[in-house]
Amino acid sequence: MQVTMTVNGKEVTRDVEPRLLLVHFIRDELGLTGTHWGCDTSNCGACVLWMDGEPVKSCTVLTPMAAGREIRTVEDLEQDGVLDPIQQGFVSQHGLQCGFCTPGMMMTCRHLLDHNPDPSEHEIRVAISGQICRCTGYENIVRSVRWAAEHTTSEEVSA
Amino acid sequence: MQVPAPVEYERATSVDDAIAKLERYGPEARLIAGGHSLIPMMKLRLARPEVLIDINDLTDLAYIKREGDELRIGAMARHRDLLESHVAFEYYPIFRDAEEVIADPVVRNRGTIGGSICQADPSEDLSAAFAAVKADMVIQSSSGERIVPNPEFHRGPYTTAVGDGEMLTEVRVAIRPGCGSAYEKVERRVGDWAVTAVGACIQLDGDTITEVGIGLAAVSAQHFRSAGAEDILRGGPATEEQFAAAAAAAAEGCNPSSDQRGPADYKRHLARVLTLRALRRATARARGQEA
Amino acid sequence: MTVTQEPETNPIGFGRMQRKEDARFVRGQGNYIDDIVLPGMLHGAILRSPYAHARIKSIDTTAAEAHPKVKAVITGALLETLGLAWIPSLSADVVAVLATDKVRFQGQEVAFVVAEDRYSARDALELIDVDYEPLPAVVDAKRSLDPDAPIIRDDIEGKTNNHIFDWDAGNKEETDAAFAKADVVVTEEMLYPRVHPAPMETCGQISDMNKVTGKLTIWCTTQAPHAHRTIYALVAGLPEHQIRVVSPDIGGGFGNKVGIYPGYVLTVVGSIVTGKPVKWVEDRSENLMSTSFARDYHMHGEIAATSEGKILALRTKTLADHGAFNNTAQPTKYPAGFFHIFTGSYDLEAAYCEVTGVYTNKAPGGVAYACSFRVTEASYLVERLVDCLADELKMDPAELRLKNFIQPEQFPYTCKTGWEYDSGDYPRAMRLAMDIAGYEQLRAEQVEKRARGELMGIGISFFTETVGAGPRKHMDILGLGMADGAEVRVHPTGKAVVRLSVQTQGQGHETTFAQIVAQELGIPPLDIDVVHGDTDNTPFGLGTYGSRSTPVSGAAVAIATRRVRDKARLIAATMLEVSPDDLEWEKGKWFVKGDPSTAKTIQEIALAAHGSMELPEGVEGHLDGSCVYDPPNLTYPFGAYICVVDIDPETLQVKVRRFIAVDDCGPRINPMIVEGQVHGGLADGVGMALMEVIAFDEDGNCLGGSFMDYLLPTSMECPSWELGETVTPSPHHPLGVKGVGESATVGSPAAIVNAVLDAIGVRHADMPLTSAQVWRATEGRPFRTDLAIE
Repeated sequence: MQVTMTVNGKEVTRDVEPRLLLVHFIRDELGLTGTHWGCDTSNCGACVLWMDGEPVKSCTVLTPMAAGREIRTVEDLEQDGVLDPIQQGFVSQHGLQCGFCTPGMMMTCRHLLDHNPDPSEHEIRVAISGQICRCTGYENIVRSVRWAAEHTTSEEVSA
Repeated sequence: MQVPAPVEYERATSVDDAIAKLERYGPEARLIAGGHSLIPMMKLRLARPEVLIDINDLTDLAYIKREGDELRIGAMARHRDLLESHVAFEYYPIFRDAEEVIADPVVRNRGTIGGSICQADPSEDLSAAFAAVKADMVIQSSSGERIVPNPEFHRGPYTTAVGDGEMLTEVRVAIRPGCGSAYEKVERRVGDWAVTAVGACIQLDGDTITEVGIGLAAVSAQHFRSAGAEDILRGGPATEEQFAAAAAAAAEGCNPSSDQRGPADYKRHLARVLTLRALRRATARARGQEA
Repeated sequence: MTVTQEPETNPIGFGRMQRKEDARFVRGQGNYIDDIVLPGMLHGAILRSPYAHARIKSIDTTAAEAHPKVKAVITGALLETLGLAWIPSLSADVVAVLATDKVRFQGQEVAFVVAEDRYSARDALELIDVDYEPLPAVVDAKRSLDPDAPIIRDDIEGKTNNHIFDWDAGNKEETDAAFAKADVVVTEEMLYPRVHPAPMETCGQISDMNKVTGKLTIWCTTQAPHAHRTIYALVAGLPEHQIRVVSPDIGGGFGNKVGIYPGYVLTVVGSIVTGKPVKWVEDRSENLMSTSFARDYHMHGEIAATSEGKILALRTKTLADHGAFNNTAQPTKYPAGFFHIFTGSYDLEAAYCEVTGVYTNKAPGGVAYACSFRVTEASYLVERLVDCLADELKMDPAELRLKNFIQPEQFPYTCKTGWEYDSGDYPRAMRLAMDIAGYEQLRAEQVEKRARGELMGIGISFFTETVGAGPRKHMDILGLGMADGAEVRVHPTGKAVVRLSVQTQGQGHETTFAQIVAQELGIPPLDIDVVHGDTDNTPFGLGTYGSRSTPVSGAAVAIATRRVRDKARLIAATMLEVSPDDLEWEKGKWFVKGDPSTAKTIQEIALAAHGSMELPEGVEGHLDGSCVYDPPNLTYPFGAYICVVDIDPETLQVKVRRFIAVDDCGPRINPMIVEGQVHGGLADGVGMALMEVIAFDEDGNCLGGSFMDYLLPTSMECPSWELGETVTPSPHHPLGVKGVGESATVGSPAAIVNAVLDAIGVRHADMPLTSAQVWRATEGRPFRTDLAIE
């Protein structure tokens, strides 16, 4: 079936099987491989992107369910060559190691900051509680989000 | 990655349209809303619907509102909506208690109230919460609307009163003066299903319990409910002794089985402990002593 | 919280600096296995056994082959014709690539479908009809040696039981004598249950056999690309120079990505059969049910002491469950890994360790999950036993440890099972941890809380690791010595490249190894390219696991870089027209002694090395150096960990309130990265101590086969970690560094378990300490966590 949606501000149309998972549509059809997948049971959160402005687990959305909706992925965080503060925060505070959970984490945390610009440590931990990181023990992810909360204007980082 | 088997897809434009499509495609058609119960089952190929009818466009069912003496929750309200609903919290803080411990924030953005209770997982939290508050379920079909009181809604694990060509559209909860409610859950880890969970709703007239509901999840309580514990409390004083007796009855009356979430004896122990805690908190709330 | 600590940016050498690799990761531009798409690439899927033990009577692939998008269906019968149905394991055994005679664990590989897309490949699996004859299964290691236990490995000629090996270390007689004279002996049965490293990215491979050139290119989630290449050459008879193994970005490894899995081999076969590149990536259940698990050690532990609390000896008899094939990845001479470092951090009179390995109808593996070759099990055993002894003696567990530590002046210290500990100052680390924790105040708080009926526990773990395997005369894997190469080249304009044999899975090699070169040469890290993960472009070496990257490859890079520096000295001397002996090194330049202004920078020297200047006798042009580092000994990082827990007295749910970790891994190349490594390992500890386990029911059904069942810790179970450090350099490592990747995973579980048991006043209960298990422990009825809960 033909499906049209907006991805990172651009309208895309593809012919897909209805069963195609959104994460595969984004990765395999559009080549946006920044969105990852890590489980089959909606537990890990590696596949989190935004649908109509809300973080969702894209392994648990069928592609036609996203038709007509607006999708935003990690590739859209950097604007005009300038990293989003959340990206800068993750670099600055060593919020990532293997980098696999990072895009999903950043999408959730960007959303958190958009709705709660000064989150407490507890609020950050709750926000990411449906996403697993095996490397950081979460400490530096929390710090990265705090960094982003404290540095709201974009500035180029050395990375 | 596990992927679903082939399936047809249609999008419903209204409740009537959804029901018409259900009738057209028959029992192999399934409604899909948040998809967080159905899609994982489809990936495991434990569920193999032939047609999915997407009801996400039925945003007119996404309400949580007071209407007359009732709290009305549309089937398409998301978990997050219920978690953040001020009107729901005002009358039934049990829902915020429960929603805080259902899955995780990202899942709560998508999962719907209707989808959760229609999945009828024996460990599902809202089923226990709705049992405690004695909610009525509104089920619609092409021949009209029928209202199923909570105990009759659940027919067993993964089975509800919603029949072929029918759709759950709303949950109604009577607003009761002097009412307090609370939900207590033990989970192995944040985001996990309950090892055991208990919801309690108490209506007080002075110190007398005029009405009470106790709902239990994950312990095979009939209709997610402890009628025995409710009977002990109804009409009596709201005292620790009464609560302890009710908690013992709730533990005695459920039928937990051992699994990797815990042995049956522990679950039964929790049924008692959590019933007691839920009753205490519900009572404190009924008395205005706790938010 | 406010973020106060800003990393220092771009030190020329050691120090905090942001990671070079992060620029691509935060943009979603990492390049992981499933991100790679080749022209014409096909997709593989594996049919797996639903039974733990069953005879395969027949396999009918007709319907699957008829699927319009299926290109090949491969079964064990086909592999037999290629001689590839079985491959050597990493531990003197064989592993079935696809089952031919029987299946021996649930999830074992039975058939492989290659199709045009991944959805069709999955669909076709349902079209394969396998006729199984179920057999009785044995999943309880304690029953595996029973006379009536089903024989799992009847493929091995003459095999009449499920026994794999008996192995021992230490001196039995001396240990028995020490136990005989002891005032106090404490004995405990402990299970370190089966857990899984579960990296966020599952395992996968793309194989591309070019029939024209004969070159096989493999992209694989491997922590050891060179070892993989050599093993393919040895096993499949493919010429090694025609194999290229590339490790792209890896989404976490933790030991899960060391071995060669049947799925990898199947992509190679699939590519040979179809003539196209074939990709296979595990789903999560495949990852949890079939690839390398960790632990599964049933340990009978004994500790002997005087009534004053002087520990005399340790003894253990341990049953090691290796699953259906003996496929643990560890140095050949050590069938139980380095488990015999169970002597821990204590000065003992004697120790004796016996291990028996057995087969069960469970997935093979055994060494994975950041365990430093079973130091995790050893550390857990000794640190639990010391707490049991403290309980018996009614002594404070911190005091008991301080009383028995190996003292700083005793190093190098040879322990009773033969390890030579290189350096350490244990009391200093212990006291620092106690200071950070406020140990005395915590104990006082605990007394108050107990009086009120509240459950609070304080747990200590003091670990010593042995990492950086290892001296090649003692340590090899499949005959390949555990030495690693490094090559450093300075380009004409003074930028540099360093090529490594080790492979990052998130540890930050691209930054850390650039910092090592920077430290030794004075070239800024951002001017140094780190090349790794490609056998065509890097020197040979055995890869990253067992915390060996910095101890082994870090040394190789340091020495290679010093060789560059030495060469630069000769060139600088010619440039300055002085004798090399008149030159002195300051980071980044050679200068004339007593005249610092007369100097040549490394950049100037690099240009000259590539220029037309006549070079001194015996000095070739260009500026490069290499090294194959054979470590003279292992390194022995250590640490003092203290955990504080609060437990709900009615539900028995455990909350980790605080965790203090003082690590000593020698000098820290990039403290930010080291702290990150520790943080991650501490979270592993929370997971293993409180929730992670792969149990099996009596039919051999895996009860931990998805992330709904195999629970990993989230942000909510982890406290904000409190770290401290001491620095005791390794005397034999050129940089003094010891390795830290696994320290926290090794050291933390015992601290958490000790804290929980301290809170509830129970001597022992096995992990994971779920609230159900803690409640049962308080009732005196803890359950077997490795079996179905009843």
